[in-house]
Amino acid sequence: MVHQNENCFRLNHLERSYDIDVYMANGGYEVWKKVLSGELEPAEIIEEVKASNIRGRGGAGFPTGLKWSFMNRTAPGQKYIVCNSDEGEPGTFKDRDIHRYNPHALVEGMMIAGYVIGASQGYNYIRGEFWEPYQVFKKAIEQAREAGLLGKNILDSGWDFDLHVHLGAGAYICGEETALLESIEGKKGQPRFKPPFPASYGLYGKPTTINNTETLASIPMILAKGGKWFNDLGVKNAGGTKLYSVSGHVNNPGNFEVRMGTPFKDLLDLAGGVWNDRKLKCVIPGGASTALIPAEKALEMNMDYDSIANAGSFLGAGSMIVMDETTDIVKVCQNLSHFYWDESCGQCTPCREGTGWLMRVLNRIIEGKGRPEDIAALKDVSGKIMGNVICGLGDAATIALASAVDLYEHEFMHYIEHGCSIYDRV
Amino acid sequence: MIQGDVKKRIDTWIANYPEDQRQSATMPALRIVQEANGGHLTTELMDEIAEYLGVAPIAVYEVATFYGNYNHQPVGKHQINWCNSISCYLRGGEELRAKLEQKLGVKPGEVTADGKFSIKKVECLGACGGAPMCKIGKTYHENLDEESLFKILDELE
Ligand SMILES: NC(=O)C1=CN([C@@H]2O[C@H](COP(=O)(O)OP(=O)(O)OC[C@H]3O[C@@H](n4cnc5c(N)ncnc54)[C@H](O)[C@@H]3O)[C@@H](O)[C@H]2O)C=CC1
Ligand SMILES: Cc1cc2nc3c(=O)[nH]c(=O)nc-3n(C[C@H](O)[C@H](O)[C@H](O)COP(=O)(O)O)c2cc1C
Ligand code: SF4
Ligand code: FES
Repeated sequence: MVHQNENCFRLNHLERSYDIDVYMANGGYEVWKKVLSGELEPAEIIEEVKASNIRGRGGAGFPTGLKWSFMNRTAPGQKYIVCNSDEGEPGTFKDRDIHRYNPHALVEGMMIAGYVIGASQGYNYIRGEFWEPYQVFKKAIEQAREAGLLGKNILDSGWDFDLHVHLGAGAYICGEETALLESIEGKKGQPRFKPPFPASYGLYGKPTTINNTETLASIPMILAKGGKWFNDLGVKNAGGTKLYSVSGHVNNPGNFEVRMGTPFKDLLDLAGGVWNDRKLKCVIPGGASTALIPAEKALEMNMDYDSIANAGSFLGAGSMIVMDETTDIVKVCQNLSHFYWDESCGQCTPCREGTGWLMRVLNRIIEGKGRPEDIAALKDVSGKIMGNVICGLGDAATIALASAVDLYEHEFMHYIEHGCSIYDRV
Repeated sequence: MIQGDVKKRIDTWIANYPEDQRQSATMPALRIVQEANGGHLTTELMDEIAEYLGVAPIAVYEVATFYGNYNHQPVGKHQINWCNSISCYLRGGEELRAKLEQKLGVKPGEVTADGKFSIKKVECLGACGGAPMCKIGKTYHENLDEESLFKILDELE
């Protein structure tokens, strides 16, 4: 049996799960009250979060407890907790549903994180297109404030905490944490050089912790049931549950909250299997910036960091894009390359120019004007971007493509030699 | 433009940020002013925002041209943001967009003669489980096919 909905989605089956009454009737805000009363101390919380083995759900997988420990809670001056709800990686749509179905878990997670790191102000950066999720979240903040759980001197604890939203405006790059900070500051969303990391130089130059929506929304349950409980749900190196967004050629696409280490096969079954009675060709397991995995390997792997790394790719944000046996991989690459070209912030030359090169070479191959040397050109341009740019977007633009060229070079060659796809009947 | 309700709404956003960080309200101000102006910005409007927030006009232009959701040309009363990214592509988003263009008689970037609709190609809208999908105004429409899409359009005032 596949265990589902034990954490962020645990209330989803309830009517009005987004409402504070439903949340509180199911244990919501109990942890927050304990924290405020002094029963759960910051150092203890960090230990529990470390014990839970939760790693950043935004995609990079950085250990959350460790990240929190970089903040000096008692240092004077303003600090910030920031939630990354920019969700823009093609194939990723989990954070949207956390806002829609369990916004109070996120509110509570942000409150607790803020308390632990000594931040009295929090911002949730929600992509601007998520108008409905934003409305639900805003209502949740209002409800929490009315219930006296947010604001000044909360429940007579002497602790102040307030929560705000910043809405994005259509720029994928603002999901990169330092671009996101620039964006809150009212600037173009161009990533900063790291280090310094946000923990030392963050929002308005102040110490800041940034976490993904799913990471923060997981905190209340981790503390309610204990770090060990969470860790034991998962497997080695991957504690707990994970939200997987499954899209593409499946019968029943959607978000599924399962345990880390769940076999890919089971996840595929939950998503109704490959559509139209077709066979699986390959998957992109962690969103558009991760390498393709061919069916044979995918069907054997489990959904956790190490297993997917062994299969040659990356868990990323848990965004499983499924492709059936009729999928034209060259066109898939064209689509992905358009995305990166469109979304490059333009500040590093290799990324700004290179993403355009990759796209134009792919366009030309698909138009039947490809040259035999184009395969080498794709590799060459990719190699010049990789590692020579400020943020992960540039590297990401080359990863899926490079894996596609490795795995399906004959499909590219067919276009170049015959001017059409291997699936076109001549 | 920045008076009455528009001013009130911008002020609410300004209050979200530290007192000495009015620049942070640039994005919400642009969105609110754009909305009040029927969906697009002009240089005069951007200048007015710069003055209101006390930042250099260039700082506002930079933001207004960096982010995809600000328009610098008139758009339709209902702006259709059509997702072109991978999951929507895999589920027939491109073919469906071709039908949409045919029905409305416009290409992306154009406005229908009656001013009612415009199409804009956008990247992943974070709703890939409902592919193919689009956003019209502020609303997401998912799991579209020709019938459901055309019905939605026909029902819009
Ligand atoms: N959810 C989504 O929509 C998207 C997710 N991604 C994911 O984002 C990932 C890349 O993210 P990045 O933030 O560039 O990765 P990163 O590895 O630079 O950082 C990960 C996190 O750990 C922190 N960190 C890392 N090393 C640190 C140190 N020495 N000291 C203090 N803090 C440290 C960073 O501040 C950051 O919060 C990709 O792997 C991709 O999977 C990418 C695009 C979109
Ligand atoms: C181009 C790019 C886009 C990103 N987009 C997102 C995003 O939409 N949401 C997110 O949580 N992290 C995103 N990240 C990762 C963040 O930079 C950062 O690692 C994350 O928010 C940290 O939170 P976590 O440790 O809880 O995962 C992106 C990274 C890059 C390089
Ligand atoms: S790698 Fe690309 S997106 Fe990232 S900072 Fe450089 S130009 Fe911008
Ligand atoms: S690919 Fe269309 S919403 Fe994500």
